Order: sequence, then C-alpha cells, then structure tokens
Amino acid sequence: MTIDLSAGERPAPATPDRARTGTLIEARALSKRFGDRVAVDSVDFSVGRGEAFGFLGPNGAGKTTTMRMIGCVSPVTSGHLRVLGMDPTVDGPRIRARLGVVPQADTLDTELSVRDNLMIYARYFDIPRRAARTRIDELLDFVQLGDRGSEQVEVLSGGMKRRLTIARGLINDPEILLLDEPTTGLDPQARHLLWDRLYRLKQRGTTLVLTTHYMDEAEQLCDRIVVMDKARIVAEGSPPQLIERYSTREVLELRFGGGDEPPVDGAAFEGLAERVEVLPDRVLLYTADGERTTAAVHGRGIVPASTLVRRSTLEDVFLRLTGRMLVD
Amino acid sequence: MVTARPLHILAYDFKVFKKAWRGVLFISVLSPLLYLGAMGLGLGGLLRSGNHTVDGVSYLRFIAPGLLATTTMQTAVAETSYPIMARLQWNRIYEATLNTPMGAGDVMLGEMLWLVLRLTGVGVVFVAVAAAFGGVPSWQAVLAIPVATLAGMAFGTPVFALSARLRSDNAYNAINRFIVIPLFLLGGAFFPIGQLPRVLQGIAWSTPLTHGVALCRDLFLGRAGMPSALAHLAVMLAYTAAGLAAARITFWRRVVV
Repeated sequence: MTIDLSAGERPAPATPDRARTGTLIEARALSKRFGDRVAVDSVDFSVGRGEAFGFLGPNGAGKTTTMRMIGCVSPVTSGHLRVLGMDPTVDGPRIRARLGVVPQADTLDTELSVRDNLMIYARYFDIPRRAARTRIDELLDFVQLGDRGSEQVEVLSGGMKRRLTIARGLINDPEILLLDEPTTGLDPQARHLLWDRLYRLKQRGTTLVLTTHYMDEAEQLCDRIVVMDKARIVAEGSPPQLIERYSTREVLELRFGGGDEPPVDGAAFEGLAERVEVLPDRVLLYTADGERTTAAVHGRGIVPASTLVRRSTLEDVFLRLTGRMLVD
Repeated sequence: MVTARPLHILAYDFKVFKKAWRGVLFISVLSPLLYLGAMGLGLGGLLRSGNHTVDGVSYLRFIAPGLLATTTMQTAVAETSYPIMARLQWNRIYEATLNTPMGAGDVMLGEMLWLVLRLTGVGVVFVAVAAAFGGVPSWQAVLAIPVATLAGMAFGTPVFALSARLRSDNAYNAINRFIVIPLFLLGGAFFPIGQLPRVLQGIAWSTPLTHGVALCRDLFLGRAGMPSALAHLAVMLAYTAAGLAAARITFWRRVVV
C-alpha cells in the first residue's frame, strides 16, 4: 500500500475558513429532491483532508443520498457542492477516479471469484492488469482475505464480503473513502476488525466519510460528526463536543420494580437534574454529578429498585436530537 | 467524448460468459441443433420420401436460416433480461460500476457491444454446424451472420430498455410466452409465411424476426436481391434504433438518480 505521509500530519485548521487545499468536500445549501419528496434539505458541511467525518442519523434521514451526491452518482438538485475542488456536475468521472466507495449493499458479483471482482473493478479505473494484480495482493492481505483470492464470493461470510467490498473501494488508492453503513449486519468480531482497518487507513492519511447509526462506531472512528434528521443537519461537532452541548456529563438511571409505569411521575424529580426523562420502565436524570443526584433522590424519600450512574454517550445526544419515536 | 471505457464492460461480460458456458452452450448451440435434427432431418426426411420440397428446397435447407434468426432472437432476449435485471436489482453490480469513472453511457454502450459480439459468435457457430449438416448451399450465408445479429439486436435493445424499468422479473415470462415463442413458431422459420391467415401474415411482417428469417433464408439459398434485402434491413434497423432510444431514456432514469 502506498502511504501518503504528508497528508495525515497536517494539523486540522481551527477556523471554519480553512486553507483551500485542506478542504476536500464542501457543501453549501445542498439539496436533493425526488419529485415532491425532499431527501436532503439545504445542508452545509465541509470535510478536511485526513479527517474522519461521520453522518449520524435515523433511517431515511438523508445520509445515503448525501453520500451519493458526494460520490458524484446522484445529481445535485440545488446548492453548492465541491469535491476535491471540482464540480460533480462537470467533473464526475475525474472526481470518481480519486474516490473510494463502500456502498451500503456489497454489490459484488457473487458468481465470480474474489480476485476477479477486484480485477474487473481495477480495470474500470484503467489500472493496468499487472499493477492491479500487485495491488490486489496487497489489499487482500490488508483485509485479511489473502488466502481467499480464488474462492467464489458466494461462499464468503457476511464479514468477509464486507471486507472484500472495502478492499474494492481501495483499489485506486483513493484520497477519500466513502463508507455507507460499513458495519451494519456484522458480528462484533467482524466489526472490530473493520474498525481496526479503517483506523489504519486514517493513520495513513486517507480521508474517511461514513454514515452510521451505531453510536459506538461514530465515537470510535469519527473526529467530527453531523447529526441528520428529516433531511436536515441538526447538530455538528466532535463526539465530546456534542455530548457536552446536548447532554450532561453523567446520566442517573433509576429503575422501579414491578408494574409497567414508574410509580413516581416526572414532577417528583423537579430540580434534581438538568433534564428528566420518564420512560415506561425507568427514569433518566441528566446531571453533572450522578452520585450527588442519587443522594438527592433518596433525600426526597424516593426509593427506586435499582440505580445506575453512567457517563453520557453519543446515544443520549442522538436520542435527544432525533427523538425516541420509530421512524420506519 | 469517445473513450475505451465501454470495453471494460465487454471484458466483464466475457469473464461472466466463461463461467457460464454450459448454459450458454445449451441455449445457443444445442437447442437449435435439436430443432435442426428433429425438424430438418426427421420431418424433412419424411417430406423427402414423399418427394416434397418447401419453397423449392429441402426442408433442412428451408429451416436452417430460420433457426439462425430465431436463435439470435432468443439469445438476445435471454442476455438482456435476467442478467440485466440482476445487475440493476439483485446484486446491483451497476451501482458499484458507476462509483468508478465509468458512466451510464459507458455501461450501456459496453453491454450493447457485448451483445453484438455474443450474437455474432452464435451466428458463426450456427452457420458452421448447419453447413456440416448440409444445410448451407451458398457462400452468401456468411452475410446472414451479421443479418441474424441485427435481427437479435432488434429484440435485445427494446428488452434492455424494458429491463431498466422493471423491478421484478415477472414480465419476462409474458415476453417469452406472448412474443418470443409465438414468433419462433409463426415467424416463418418452420413454414412459409404465406401459409398463415392474412391477419397473422400482417402481424408477422410487422416484426423484425420475420424480416430477419426472410433475409437469412435468401442469403443461405444464394438468392438475396437488392430492393427486398434493403426493406428487411430497414425494418430491423428501425426496431434496433427505437430500442436504443428507449434504453437511452429508461437506463439513465434508473441509474442516474
């Protein structure tokens, strides 16, 4: 694998007006409509070189459509989009030549071998056969499929197919790798292996743009996140920033025995926490200091069956911003 | 701008073709051979024993060019139906393809070039086999290969256009039942069109297959003449052009969204 050392070491510019060479993707008022349906509604974001950037959001929020516009396969309805400094409307093929894409579905030819899948894809980038063969060997080792090259894709496990799809996305040594829900449907082992590979790519300076609805994935991989909901961007920041802005440091979870409803209504907790959420089986108190709040709860004579103090996570942020209602 | 990109699709199709050659062999070679044997030699032998000819020639020589045209028709429909549906809908390979510098035009052009190549291959093998059976009296039969390819394209291009619109494969059964099989049987391959009721004759002559069969037959028998040959070609070209124009719309609508 070629290692681009210069790229990864560039410090992330602090101001939004970052150096032009440092911004690989820039979107302003970017929108996409399918007939009457607005899939992406005037979003603004920019991704810097070497960054790992995540789109977080429930199903149908517009993440995939945004990714497809960045990938220059879905025409922009309105707004401004520049990828690698070029306009997708004019320079689609030239931009795509420098992108790697890992689509949501593996989209592999399952009747062909692992190697054939990669070779065909390499030819689409006009990579000469000899160079492609070397590259394929490297990539198969990188995704730990070195001994599977001649096998038919059909027989591979879900995790292996996913790794193959990632190898395919890297065939042209892309400057930006777009990953649409890279680990959906994988078992924990396969997910951790993938995260490890993606982390290595990031270390080598590849810019990662990914969508996910796994919070742990976003926290593990992303330097910066935008949360999308109903076609719009509703929040942006690093995972710690988002937690600080939209949640509290800790969350106190109180469970009450028996019954479907908590025996105490929300008003009983007034003044104890920054925010109180009463769920069917438990009460969540968002607070800076869980222990102190626990004591205060007991002080009011409320006796829950169990208490748990935990740190706030991105999941708390996500649920706060996008709600607990099922969307699909 | 002309690039070599469509050729990458050709290389892909060839790779897939090599994997599936058994099935291909059946539809393109074995199946027409069975008809040639059963009808040409079997039924033809019966006719010959009664000193009958069809259209002035032995039955084998009568049906050989007809089977050539029906075979390219069937191959073209087979190649542009399920495989294209798979790439658009089932394994969605085109989605991956279009994430590369390849564009919708490269993919469609590549698939069309592949179809031309594929049909030509079918024609070459068929003419060689038919000649071995004694079914090819004239050297003009060599020209029947591109003619049969064109007859196939007249079906392949509209079916490709349709495939780009479909979300499930149900329609293909209908196409086979109501278009491909009736044309195969009634399009002039097995008996002179003049035997059909007038209405059916009119319908037959409005399809590219009947023109393909007629021109292939004229070429096999070394009797092709200019005005009629041009008329046959014009009909097949018109269908092909209409199919390509439709595909240019439906395929783009499907993959550029």
